[in-house]
Amino acid sequence: MEWETVIGLEIHAQLNTKSKIFSAASTEYGQKPNSQSCAVDLGLPGVLPVLNVEVVNKAIKFGVAINAHINQRNIFDRKNYFYPDLPKGYQISQMDWPIVGEGKIEITLGEKTKVVGITRAHLEEDAGKSIHDMFDDDTAIDLNRAGTPLLEIVSEPDMRSAKEAVVYAKKIHTLVQYIDICDGNMQEGSFRCDANVSIRPKGQKELGTRAELKNINSFKFLERAINLEVERQQDILEECGSIVQETRLYDSVKHETRSMRSKEEANDYRYFPDPDLLPVEISDELLEKIRQTLPELPAQKKARFVAELGLSDYDADVLTLQKPLADYFETMLEHHASNAKLCANWVMGELSASLNKHQIDIQNSPITAQALSLLISRINDGTISGKAAKDVFKAMWDSKGNADAIIQAKCLKQITDMGAIEAIVEQVIANNAPQVAQFKSGNDKILGFFVGQIMKLTAGKANPKQVNELLRDKLS
Amino acid sequence: MHTKTIVELAQGLKDKDFSCVELTQHYLNRINQSNLNAFITVTDELALVQAKAADNKIASGNANILTGMPYAHKDIFCTKGVKTSAGSKMLDTFVSPYDATVSQKLNQAGLVMLGKTNMDEFAMGSSNENSFYGAVKNPWNRLKIPGGSSGGSAASVAGGLSCFSTGTDTGGSIRQPASLCGITGLKPTYGRISRYGMIAYASSLDQAGPMTKTAQDAAIVLNVMAGFDEKDSTSAEQKVPDYTTHLNDSIKGLTIGLPKEFFSYGLDNEVASNIMTAVKEFEAMGAIVKEVSLPNSAYAIPAYYIVAPCECSSNLSRLDGVRYGYRAKDVKNLEDLYLRSRSEGFGEEVKRRIMIGAYALSAGYYDAYYLKAQQVRHLISDDFKKVFERVDVIMGPVSPTTAFDLGSVKDPVSMYLADIYTLSANLAGLPGMSIQAGFAQKLPIGLQLIGNYWSESKLLNIAHQFQLQTDWHLKTPQEC
Repeated sequence: MEWETVIGLEIHAQLNTKSKIFSAASTEYGQKPNSQSCAVDLGLPGVLPVLNVEVVNKAIKFGVAINAHINQRNIFDRKNYFYPDLPKGYQISQMDWPIVGEGKIEITLGEKTKVVGITRAHLEEDAGKSIHDMFDDDTAIDLNRAGTPLLEIVSEPDMRSAKEAVVYAKKIHTLVQYIDICDGNMQEGSFRCDANVSIRPKGQKELGTRAELKNINSFKFLERAINLEVERQQDILEECGSIVQETRLYDSVKHETRSMRSKEEANDYRYFPDPDLLPVEISDELLEKIRQTLPELPAQKKARFVAELGLSDYDADVLTLQKPLADYFETMLEHHASNAKLCANWVMGELSASLNKHQIDIQNSPITAQALSLLISRINDGTISGKAAKDVFKAMWDSKGNADAIIQAKCLKQITDMGAIEAIVEQVIANNAPQVAQFKSGNDKILGFFVGQIMKLTAGKANPKQVNELLRDKLS
Repeated sequence: MHTKTIVELAQGLKDKDFSCVELTQHYLNRINQSNLNAFITVTDELALVQAKAADNKIASGNANILTGMPYAHKDIFCTKGVKTSAGSKMLDTFVSPYDATVSQKLNQAGLVMLGKTNMDEFAMGSSNENSFYGAVKNPWNRLKIPGGSSGGSAASVAGGLSCFSTGTDTGGSIRQPASLCGITGLKPTYGRISRYGMIAYASSLDQAGPMTKTAQDAAIVLNVMAGFDEKDSTSAEQKVPDYTTHLNDSIKGLTIGLPKEFFSYGLDNEVASNIMTAVKEFEAMGAIVKEVSLPNSAYAIPAYYIVAPCECSSNLSRLDGVRYGYRAKDVKNLEDLYLRSRSEGFGEEVKRRIMIGAYALSAGYYDAYYLKAQQVRHLISDDFKKVFERVDVIMGPVSPTTAFDLGSVKDPVSMYLADIYTLSANLAGLPGMSIQAGFAQKLPIGLQLIGNYWSESKLLNIAHQFQLQTDWHLKTPQEC
């Protein structure tokens, strides 16, 4: 039987506000346990939540960026369940009236584009963390994360492969960083994906029973976990078994998913509107104001790179996929508006390769955009050859040094003194009579031999363009 | 001294008839000798420190009318460094690390806190018998209940154990004990006083207020308690007037509405006749009486007993034995920790309401119960809206009977019926008041005033004018 995979994603994007969604406590990551939780976050008797308006603004920004319907009156509900890292015994979330309603987003896979529906995006508070490996018999609870603002972005079950799901997730990941509502840091849990996966016989309309995959903290794992789940479901169905609706935890070390809880064990969350919070009213003015402040989005930027900078579709795509990369590239353009292609080659070539090799984010690159700019300038003004530039780049990477200083220190400066080059050219011609004869009898390829000899004598520092011109001149 | 009002005591302090320390010590002595069980915690050391500070302030000439006034604080308000139990075993060990906004305001006004008063556990009850710390006795007759849930606060004022007290009113918890103990109690408009730091029972209904000897005193205390609080999103950004300004306005031409539904089945005859005598008093003062109808008030009890349990089932979830409060011993696992901490920590009535609320909010029942109850609230509010187009104030009894015997009402539904006249004002968010208006078998009877939104000044004016013409509010229990 031929199967079709159906995937919907629930993405939790942590909004990058300074303080929490319902309290004034800081959201800073990696602080001493429980040092960033105030009376409200601890759920002490008598405390009340107060909505951080910055959170609302960021959610609107997302909605506007995907052209979604914004519910100008939206409501916070309580989702009731008991867990030790959930201090109030309920999570404040949005059920029937989420801030962002239906929207859609376009994804590209190779040549094909596809529209993925977004069902909704709602605001909620994060829970704290239970730490099971700190003490022998007891569980430790860190409530620093409790009350951190989250935007849960729920897609329609529109993806048909793990690859599509990854492209969609990356697209959202890029977008939230572009509009500066989330730092996108997956290691720190600022951007988390849950995948709803089901399969059905190809051609069947009804959806199969789904499993929800949790605990996925990288795009690589997202792809792996989905493929693993699809295989598991196929195995069951092909042996005439049936899928149980359940939540499954992905274990990236063992590369397996295991059941966390089934639908029968699922909580009845007893949602009801939180009486401590008023409905959120969003005025037309605020909506318009946020629309106006929306920055250039990835698709717009890509189009501009193609149209104005003359980059290829592929290059423009790569350079706009991650906001920090695009920022880096655009900083370089400030000095090299007419050399976009050369800049693009260096960013996508040497720089990206080195970053990948050392697993460093571009934000932490040892070579800043300004530093790389200077190197490009030295190629452009003929100070060094493209080949020498690669050596300079390597030195810059290792020592974080300035391009000019490295060129100086390594004596990589090109010989551009015509007289000096001319003398060497004449010497080489004089010493290689048989090759001169071959050239004169029509063997054009022999020119490379002369260039090689000259470069050897100048330790590669002669300007190749000048060498070529001089050679042709002297040989003819 | 303990029979004096705030106004009289402030004069005494100003004239140096007695010092604040002497006044405070007098109350503390009375509390120590009292057998009313009105207090859960007596903060004598703190009170004397505050009294001394107040004496200094008075001596330096920087005093206001409330400086050094000894009061009793309902144990539902968080008080920094002082045990805050809400009448529950669950919070018997809880010492609040922060002050409620109301506590903070009373501190800043230079008041002297004598202690924290007894109450029905988490404000759930109408008799103060649902307290982990035992029932409070009615100062007028120690075999009777004082009303609830602010029973300790009411008994404290009526019994001369504090000059005034604070209360909270979710379904009548200020007005009903005020009525049964013969004092003045005001539940302001929902949103008038910050709920921050007031342990939540039913968030959309809870409202704090003053419990005093007179309407004038209530106005003075409300001046301090009221106001917008950025820590409470449901508090109103409504300006706070000086509530004493209009106390002496004439009430000639005042229109009073008597809802026929408030004088129906179940109302004690003696209570009814005393209420009518009080209404006649108003007529004599130039008021005009009209019969009105609140047809949906019949649904107030069922609506309230859905909304309040639903909200409380969620509000009390934080009391899970994990971070603070009662935790069961030798638990086997997490579920056992929850189950036993909550089973052992909560009293019967609280557990009953949590169960009702959790049930009513369950998948499949939400529309039939919670949503329906919210619709009924709208209907009740609309009834009031229509009536307030015709009248300035609504009057009626607070409670269908006078205080009943301790231990006499065992069936919870019968107990719920005691709230029949008070619930509507909470469901609609309207201000309500109870003032002393007579006796039956030597037990006080309270007259209820319900006003339109933000009409506290008017209510206090009406009550004050009544108290100028009558002396019910001056009567004190003989034992005192």
